[in-house]
Amino acid sequence: MNRLALILALIALPVLAQEPDARALERLVRQDCGSCHGLTLKGGLGPDIRPGALSHYTPEVLETVILDGIPGTPMPPWRPLLSEAEAGWIADYLLNGDTP
Amino acid sequence: MALFALAAPFAHAQATGDLGLVVERASGSLLVVDQSDRARIGRIEGLGDLSHASLVYSPDERFAYVFGRDGGLTKVDIIAQSIVGRVMQAGNSIGGAISDDGEYVAVSNYEPGGVRIFDSETLEMVADIPSGGKTIGLVDVPGTRFVFSLWDKGETWIADMSGGEAEVTRIEGIGSNPYDALVTGDGRTYIAGLFGEDHLTALDLWQDSPAPRQILPGYAEGREGLPVYKMPHLEGWALAGQDFVLPAMGQHEVLWVDARSLKETGRTATYGQPVFAMARPDGRHVWVNFAHPRNDTIQVIDSVTKQVIHQFSPGPGVLHMEFTPRGHEVWLSVRDAGKVMVYDTQTFEKLREIEAESPSGIFFTARAHRTGL
Repeated sequence: MNRLALILALIALPVLAQEPDARALERLVRQDCGSCHGLTLKGGLGPDIRPGALSHYTPEVLETVILDGIPGTPMPPWRPLLSEAEAGWIADYLLNGDTP
Repeated sequence: MALFALAAPFAHAQATGDLGLVVERASGSLLVVDQSDRARIGRIEGLGDLSHASLVYSPDERFAYVFGRDGGLTKVDIIAQSIVGRVMQAGNSIGGAISDDGEYVAVSNYEPGGVRIFDSETLEMVADIPSGGKTIGLVDVPGTRFVFSLWDKGETWIADMSGGEAEVTRIEGIGSNPYDALVTGDGRTYIAGLFGEDHLTALDLWQDSPAPRQILPGYAEGREGLPVYKMPHLEGWALAGQDFVLPAMGQHEVLWVDARSLKETGRTATYGQPVFAMARPDGRHVWVNFAHPRNDTIQVIDSVTKQVIHQFSPGPGVLHMEFTPRGHEVWLSVRDAGKVMVYDTQTFEKLREIEAESPSGIFFTARAHRTGL
């Protein structure tokens, strides 16, 4: 199993991923959130999720949206795949990270 | 010297019938590949944001029209391996199609929502069809027409370009949130997948006034819908024998539908939520890949028994499959391994790995001669 496959396997098993793995999560945001929000996060079927578009949300709200999704929309709950710490890392990354 | 100049074009002549392009989604480039040599023979750069990019070919298999996520429409010459035209036609787009006569290229846009149609020679816009929302499932059908659907409004629109201007027919009542659509190779049956309802909707485009018809009603009834981490793709639709094979939304399952009656003929449980369910060109087998986090695996289903006959894991992030025109080999893009992998479809033996940067869509030139891709 190569390193990337191992990282993906760890993402899928939150109990094993104690410390958020920044590189793996950044990749997840770009590639897999990017399926709907675009590789540059400026939107696609899902909305723009760059810092400017999200600035009126608190990190806690974003973390909840990531973990539980938004019922009635295509935004799925990521709780089966991510720990709360990982969702928190992603919320912070979206609000304050080095995104375009 | 004059003789040399005259002979030079012939010395460099390159047939295009077994060439193809591979989208390198993160770096905004295309690999030019040779299908029979199983090799990359060049790279074309400078195409912008190619996440979720797709492309279509001119009838002579020389030019490709590439639809980038950033709204860029780029015309490339596959022989010269260069960009010959590029327009930023919208803010955010999601695929396109080329008309049966090769005259028009249509692009489906999220922002601003609608479809724009361009002269394939010059890339000048010849029609602008705003829809007030995101458009999906854009295909070409005979009669120099394009068909597409509206995510927000649940409508399907037909744009007839045979008179040189867009004459639009609207069909309401397709259903809630169509996310993608397919058209059969004869251009007759258009099927929209719905995110918001537990069925799909078909239109018979041979009718003067096509009316929406529900197919597979209640296919997930009584079962909990799983979180959808990636929308299925219908444009890689499969006609296997007499059946369509369709990915089920929110289920680990593909659905079989009789192509004429549109009645369900079976279901096959799969390893994950299917993204593409693609029939080998002869229809004997169906190859299926899956949504995150099960996107490292492929299953092959026998279209007679509807049983999974082979499963393997090419690597992390198997995004796309493209068969050689007669189906003896299949090329897979394995995004996170940075490779395109070529397999024998009879023995399932891996024949070659080709280095590529985050590869996604693979498109062979034979697509130039097929309706609805």
